[in-house]
Formats: sequence, structure tokens, C-alpha cells
Amino acid sequence: MGGRQQVMNIVVLVKQVPDTWSERTLRPADNTLDRDAADAVINELDDYAIEEGLRQQEAHGGEVTIVSMGPEKAAEAIRKALSMGADKAVHVSDEALRGSDGLVTSAVLANVLQRIGFDLVILGSESTDARMGTLAAMLAERLGVPQLSFASKVETDGSAISIHRQADYGYDTVEAALPAVVSVVEKINEPRYPSFKGIMAAKKKPVETLTVADLGIDPAEAGLAASATEVVSFANRPPRAAGTIVTDDGDGGAKAAEFLASRKFI
Amino acid sequence: MAEILVLAEHDGETVKKVTTELLTLARGFGEPAVVWTGPGAEAAQARLAEFGAAKIYVADSADYDDYVVAPKAELLAQLVADKSPAAVLVAATSEGREVAGRLAVKTGSGILTDVTGLSEGFVGEQSIFGGAITVQSKVRAGTPIIAVRPNAVSPEPGSGAAAMEPVSVTISDAAKTAKVTGRVVAERGERPELTEASIVVSGGRGLGSGEHFALIEQLADSLGAAVGASRAATDAGWYPHSFQVGQTGKTVSPQLYMAIGISGAIQHRAGMQTSKTIMVVNKDPEAPIFELADFGVVGDLFKVVPQLIDEIGKRSAG
Repeated sequence: MGGRQQVMNIVVLVKQVPDTWSERTLRPADNTLDRDAADAVINELDDYAIEEGLRQQEAHGGEVTIVSMGPEKAAEAIRKALSMGADKAVHVSDEALRGSDGLVTSAVLANVLQRIGFDLVILGSESTDARMGTLAAMLAERLGVPQLSFASKVETDGSAISIHRQADYGYDTVEAALPAVVSVVEKINEPRYPSFKGIMAAKKKPVETLTVADLGIDPAEAGLAASATEVVSFANRPPRAAGTIVTDDGDGGAKAAEFLASRKFI
Repeated sequence: MAEILVLAEHDGETVKKVTTELLTLARGFGEPAVVWTGPGAEAAQARLAEFGAAKIYVADSADYDDYVVAPKAELLAQLVADKSPAAVLVAATSEGREVAGRLAVKTGSGILTDVTGLSEGFVGEQSIFGGAITVQSKVRAGTPIIAVRPNAVSPEPGSGAAAMEPVSVTISDAAKTAKVTGRVVAERGERPELTEASIVVSGGRGLGSGEHFALIEQLADSLGAAVGASRAATDAGWYPHSFQVGQTGKTVSPQLYMAIGISGAIQHRAGMQTSKTIMVVNKDPEAPIFELADFGVVGDLFKVVPQLIDEIGKRSAG
């Protein structure tokens, strides 16, 4: 391969999730997420992924394409990403995909990424609903490209890339060659808010909608039925028993110590 | 009896507590076989035996530390093919989950993450939506891959031969594309790791500044605890982001969680709701965190916490 072109093809993955602030639940019929029960928002960490994509574009040129898999309603999350400044979007939407687990989701997204091509794929390190934190690893495995996950800093010259990979002990510096998959943590940047101009412009930006048939995927290979895992039952967690609450009258710390002693912590 | 592969987490000589938890869990389902990557297996052998490891597969190569995640997944895939284990257990740490994710793709197997308990047929219990709902999930394809939440299982000694068996797997070039070129270890002192600690003391907005986190550290040190922080505190730059407990940070499940000056937004509760005992200090009696408290003090943390530290000192001296 010769030198990589200067123009980068950046793809940012976004997911619409139930708002953490609303009442989230599962559907009793098949134990999958009840998407109608809760308000839907863009996954929190995806804002940071979009921001990082836009910053890399500002530094290196090229295009930022949003890719999202989700029901029709996920178009709202895509619009938000476009209003922040992304150029265009691909929305994979098909009733056949409902209930897909991580393995199926990663297969579908890898299929899309191969079709549209990429130098840099950026995503949030986990979603606030499933919280698996495995998608970047699964995509890197499927696409055969470097896995640069949990990035708190990304630097690239358009052909080589290095990141700070956040760890419990601090961080590792990791180096690789593009194309690559990068997942980001919230320390990486401060996401911008969509401007009024951005919101207006987003309405005219192209969004391509793809079905499983468009991707050459057999509907039997998608969704809940094809997933390698299933939720067999669920129950609301019993509420915690009411605790003892005291108001500090100058002896709050002493009372707290007594409690700790009664539970053998000290 | 079929083997259960248990991927060890270690620092090159000492095995992490979570691995002893995985061994305890694995013993109920088959013969635990530890998978050890890199150096240090000899040093850890006695401890692994103490928690019931029948075997230790030792893959002593620098590749596992020099490249991100992929070599470990390749090794496990090879062992799954050679040994036909009943299941693979990993710790639900960021790295453990990622190894599990790649292994799932390689073997076409289902993966359960953040499992807090396991019953017959490898049905995993998971706590979702910030602890509001408990689900039972199962794997229906391939070899079940189970990522277990640290601190969810109490480690109990058992006995095992811990027979060392070297394995040599040639790691492909494809697994060596993300190279670790440096490691920066943040100063943490002697405190335990956040997700492994049996006591966690967290500070939030109520502290008002980064300097005041010294008070949280002092309380934590008096109890041998780890320090955590709320999103508000890490966003404000008062404490490093890697110590954040909550929806976009770490999920902890210690024996005792102390929330100091934290109001208890759902973002935070999602990361600590499954703690066994919860203590709260907050000046606002309406703060939602009090709903979770086993013991709460409504008061000024700058008065309550120093007195608490004093009392702990007196009691441990006496």
C-alpha cells in the first residue's frame, strides 16, 4: 500500500438508548427492552465519539459518517449527531433486528462498515442500556483491524494512530496503523452543543436507510431468534429496607462510627 | 468432569482477588482450569491451589502484555478448541469483557457480562438498569462465556492440585496490530483497587473542591478502603476520571459503600446500588441517595467526617 490519502473517512457509531432518567423496563412477552416505555436519547458516551470524529475531521479533512442500528425512532439520535456537524448518516432499521444481542449487532455493523469503507471508526466505550462494553472488541475482531479501546486521548497523522488506553492503574499508550476501531471514554473531550445553524443544516443532510435485505443478511440470522443469548426471566429488584437516618447534632460522626462498629466494619 | 476455563487477572506475581472469586464460582460447575498469561504462574500456584484450581495452563509469552486484548482471545479460542471446556469465566473488568467479546466472535458463542451469580445450565444473574431489575440470562450457542462482576461472589477456599501445564500458542500477526508502547501508572498509594475493594468511600459535589478530597482519602485510609468519586466531582476535575463510580464509570459492589456529599443522581446510583451496606453523609435531607442508605447522617460533611475519622482512630487504637 502506498501512502494513505490525507482525507480521512471517519465513521462514528451511535445508539439510541432509553433515557437513564426515565423508568426503564423489559417487555414481558419476550424479555427484550421495552423501547416504548422510556424516553429515548442518544447514548451519553456517543456524544464524545461524535465530538472526537469532528475534531479529527477538523484536523485532517475528510467526512464524518454516522452509522446507527435501531428502530425508526433512532432517526432522532442520528439527527442530533448530524446537527453537531457530521456530514451524512446510514440508518440500519429493520423489524428483523429487534432483540439482537451483542454478537448479532456487531455482525450487522461490521457488514455496514465493510460496505461503506472507513479509515477510522469511533464509538463510545459502552452504552448506558446494555453496558456490555464489548462492541469495539467485537468489531475489531470481525474487521481484522486494530482495537484501540477506552481511549482518553487520540492522535493520528492520517496513517499512524496512537491513543491513551485508560486502565485501572493509569493508562497505556497504544500505537497502530489505520484503519482502526477506537472507543472513547468521557475524559477524551468536551462535546459541543448543536448550534441553531447546525440544527437547520442537519435537516438537509443525507440519511441512507438500509434493511437487512439491503445488507444481504438473511432475516433468520438477525434479531432475537438468531442471538446467542437470551433473557429467560426478570424481576424488579426488591426495594432496600428503609435505613436509619440521623440529623447531626454535633455527634453525627460518632453515631456513624457506632453504626460501622455494629456492622463490624471497625 | 468437564473443565471450566478461568482467565486469571494478575500483576505478574500476585493473582487478583476476582480470580479467586471466579474459581469459587467455577468449582460448582466443573473442574477449574486457570489460564495464566505471561510470567508469574509459579509464584501464584499455591494461592490458585488454595481456591481449587485443578490445573493451570501457563502461556508465558510477552505477547499478552505487549498487544491489546487480541492475543488473550486467541489463546482462549485455542484452548476452547483443544479442551472443550463447559464454559469460560473471565472477570467483568474492561479488559476481561473485551477478551470475552473477541472470544465470542471467534467461537460463535454467547456471552453474558457483569454476571452476579450463576445457576445450573450456566444461567447467569445480572443486575440491569442501574440495579432496578434483576434478570436471568442464558447462552444458547457455543461455549458459554461468562464475565463475572468483581465482588459479587465471596471467595471461599477449596483445594486443587493446580498442576502446571505449559501451553504454547503462536499468536498470529493479526492479533498483534495494536501495540502497547508504554504504561503510565498513576500514584495511588497503598489503596485497594476500586472494583475489588471491600469498602469504598466516594466523594461528590458537596466537597466543593479537589483539595477537599484529602478528607475522603483520609477517611478511606482509616478503613483500608478505596476512593471513588461521583461524575460531578470528576467532571469538575477534582478527582481523576478513572475513579468515577456510576453509569459511565465503574460499577462497584463492595461490602460497605460510603457516599459523602453525593446527592445520588441515577447516574451515580447505577454504579453502586448493589453494594451490601450503604452509608450516606449529606447536608440535604431530600437528597435521593438517602433512599438507599442503611445509615445516613444529615449534616455538614466537614464536621461529620472529621469526627468519624477521629472515632475510627480511637476505636482501632483501643
